[in-house]
Amino acid sequence: MLDKLKIPEHHYLNNGHSLKSWLLTKDHKRIAIMYLMSISVMFFIGGLFGVGIRLELATPQGDFVSADTYNKFFTMHGVIMVFFFLIPSIPAVLGNFLIPPMIGAKDLAFPRINLISLYIYWIGGIFTLYAMIAGGVDTGWTFYTPYSATGSNTNVIPTAIGIFIAGFSSILTGLNFIVTIHRMRAPGMTWFRLPLFVWAHYATSLVQVLGTPVIAITIVMLAVERGFGFGIFDPARGGDPVLFQHLFWFYSHPAVYIMILPALGVQSELISTFSRKRIFGYSFVAFSSLAIAVFGFIVWAHHMFVAGISTYAAMVFSFLSFSVAIPSAVKTFNWSATLYKGAISFETPMLYAYGFMGLFAIGGLTGLFLATLGLDVHVHDTYFVVAHFHYIMVGGAIMGYLGGLHFWWPKMTGRMYSEFFSKVSAIMVFVGFNVTFFPQFVVGYLGMPRRYHSYPDEFQVLNVMSSAGATVLGLGYVLPVIYFLWSLKYGQVAGPNPWGASGLEWQMQSPPLTENFVETPIVNTEPYEYEHVVVKEKHLV
Amino acid sequence: MSIFGIPIFPDQASTFAKDVDALYFFILAVCAFFALAVAVSVIYFGIRYHKTHDGEIGARIEGNLPLELLWSVIPTVIAMVMFGWGASVFYHLRRPPDEAMHIYAVGKQWMWKFQHLEGQREINELHIPAGRPIKITISSEDVLHSLYFPSFRTKMDAIPGRYTELWFEANTPGTYHIFCTEYCGTNHAGMIGSVIVLEPSQYQAWLQGGGLEGTLAQRGAKLFNDQACVTCHLDTGQGRGPSLKDIVGTTVALQDGSSVVVDEGYLRESILNSQAKIVKGFQPLMPTFQGLISEENLVALIEHVKSMSPKATTAAPAETSRTPSRGALQPTAPAGEKK
Repeated sequence: MLDKLKIPEHHYLNNGHSLKSWLLTKDHKRIAIMYLMSISVMFFIGGLFGVGIRLELATPQGDFVSADTYNKFFTMHGVIMVFFFLIPSIPAVLGNFLIPPMIGAKDLAFPRINLISLYIYWIGGIFTLYAMIAGGVDTGWTFYTPYSATGSNTNVIPTAIGIFIAGFSSILTGLNFIVTIHRMRAPGMTWFRLPLFVWAHYATSLVQVLGTPVIAITIVMLAVERGFGFGIFDPARGGDPVLFQHLFWFYSHPAVYIMILPALGVQSELISTFSRKRIFGYSFVAFSSLAIAVFGFIVWAHHMFVAGISTYAAMVFSFLSFSVAIPSAVKTFNWSATLYKGAISFETPMLYAYGFMGLFAIGGLTGLFLATLGLDVHVHDTYFVVAHFHYIMVGGAIMGYLGGLHFWWPKMTGRMYSEFFSKVSAIMVFVGFNVTFFPQFVVGYLGMPRRYHSYPDEFQVLNVMSSAGATVLGLGYVLPVIYFLWSLKYGQVAGPNPWGASGLEWQMQSPPLTENFVETPIVNTEPYEYEHVVVKEKHLV
Repeated sequence: MSIFGIPIFPDQASTFAKDVDALYFFILAVCAFFALAVAVSVIYFGIRYHKTHDGEIGARIEGNLPLELLWSVIPTVIAMVMFGWGASVFYHLRRPPDEAMHIYAVGKQWMWKFQHLEGQREINELHIPAGRPIKITISSEDVLHSLYFPSFRTKMDAIPGRYTELWFEANTPGTYHIFCTEYCGTNHAGMIGSVIVLEPSQYQAWLQGGGLEGTLAQRGAKLFNDQACVTCHLDTGQGRGPSLKDIVGTTVALQDGSSVVVDEGYLRESILNSQAKIVKGFQPLMPTFQGLISEENLVALIEHVKSMSPKATTAAPAETSRTPSRGALQPTAPAGEKK
């Protein structure tokens, strides 16, 4: 039956073939595709630095590259992955593509601003890549003063300017989403009929709009400190080096939620779709996204328990940090409960969803160790922390991103990828990830500090395990590039709703028309209703 | 501890180690329980409720308020237990006992310098006795560093411009790692050393071996003369600067009407940024020593001043300089960071 399906004659991808029709497009879907290509390039570059790190750490001696080169490797790995891959990843690609159709809109509220945000991202990226080619930067992605202000002889300012510029792209995207979600919903699409993916993006956008200006200001302060010796962070001039850490983490802790919240949104869509069941406790899941976004702003000093803040300040921030654990736990329990009495099947996106639950659970639970004051003193700035945030950012955010990409790929391109190879890749990513990062918890508790170019011999076995796992993980990431590209030409035609999903986006043809819907849809059902979906599916086939 | 030759657990060489590890195993057990509960249920549901035919849909369940409340409240309670326990261990970690033996540490790209009150100076090595609480006052000559003793389960950042401190009581003789855990540039990974925990008798023997320049306070006394501090700070109180005799631990009135407790943080500030707080009844005549005196000499001077107050043998020093009201935002650092 399926082979009767044909790619529709008109769709957004063939609506103009010139380069100009892409570069000057106002179509959120084309912009999303350009973001997809851009962040994939950045992911590849950031990944290469990661490969360099793991090669160096395979042996205790610093024998693969020099200490300075290694310091640049982990700095560029962090800068590119955080600011140019993770932060834009799900919002700019999947959010951009899907938020308008999910709420029944023809585009975002400000299509031109959407295009501008892409160009701003490119300009920021070019600055940072320039800094990299000009010799790189070695401050760590955290840019702690006074080292970044007076200690380092590398390209701190060009890199910082790149991040400063890219931040505006993030702010504009967030603003665009907020206005779109408020103003562009189709008739009948009430707030509590919004897909949880949209709720998660709404919470993310609030953080982007409120938090990003703080990092922008912090970067300006760092630039004038370094360039003109203002003395904001220099104790000899009446400044305070620890002030930088407060400002930096005031943005950069919420930024973690910019990375993970959209993945939580994807997760809710996947779990519901592949168990053909309404999400358990919809409003709890929706509000937990907002709760995480709000609490995320008041926990920043948990990065600074041994940075000389007072004992009582540390206690307050420890207490508040535990508050973030509650909404995260609530989400996990609700996803699990959604599966109860579902009609579950394990297509590739669901494999990613299962993998996500495992990794996000470990990442979240190990956060409890770090929020606990007496314990954080020991594990702070060791590999325990490195393992923890990779479980959240790679295990959580990238698993979510890949799961989402596999889920909506047929919608974006109209074609299916290889079921077999995509499952192999999902399993490789899950296994490779755990072999890479689980030993780092152990070596961290043993006391191995992060950002070490060489290390004592007794840590070698665990580091070799990590490097070996990274090889599997790396291959797991390369595989999708191959079968996704293959699918563009040879993939089976997907049809509008290959998964039997319930969202409005699945009512569009695949790939969608430039205007998404010919007629604005009218919503008269609750979200995640599968009864009518099945009827339609039968009718269609 | 190790399994098949792979180390999995660090040495326990301080009195903290058992407390911190107990907390660790408690949280580990809680986390393992929740991780397993979620894993078992999702895998079980995945098998039990596997889709059997095309078009099958899941049962219509909207949610369950009591269940939601239950799994919000239980984690909250458990989290509060973790918080309370962790905070109490932390409080203990942050309160050095009065009788603690005092050592100074200076972080510098890329080495740790330790100074004993008896006069011994060490680089990347620290000899200490077992069974005695030890307080280390930490400063930095250039950028951020962090002094970390994994086998003692404690660390503290070295921050330019101020003093921080940590304490521990080592209880097992042996040699253990010292790491720098705050990234500090090129040779960060080389900023490591060893702490050598000795039996008290061995430690006494070790002390006899060094101390060529006299005690730290004696070295400070020499600096007090060489830097001409002595010309103004007369013991009689008749000098152009206030007498420093018996001032540590006391509260002195300042020109602007406020007052300050004399501790290491205040002494440090008064040497490096002498105009910041002028004692009532004196003129702001003292030049600044910012950039003219190293961190190591600074602590020698401070020790000398402290030795002039024999009654206040242990003023609570760095703890007060850590409170935000003083110290944190005060300009008190040496200049001359590396360019």
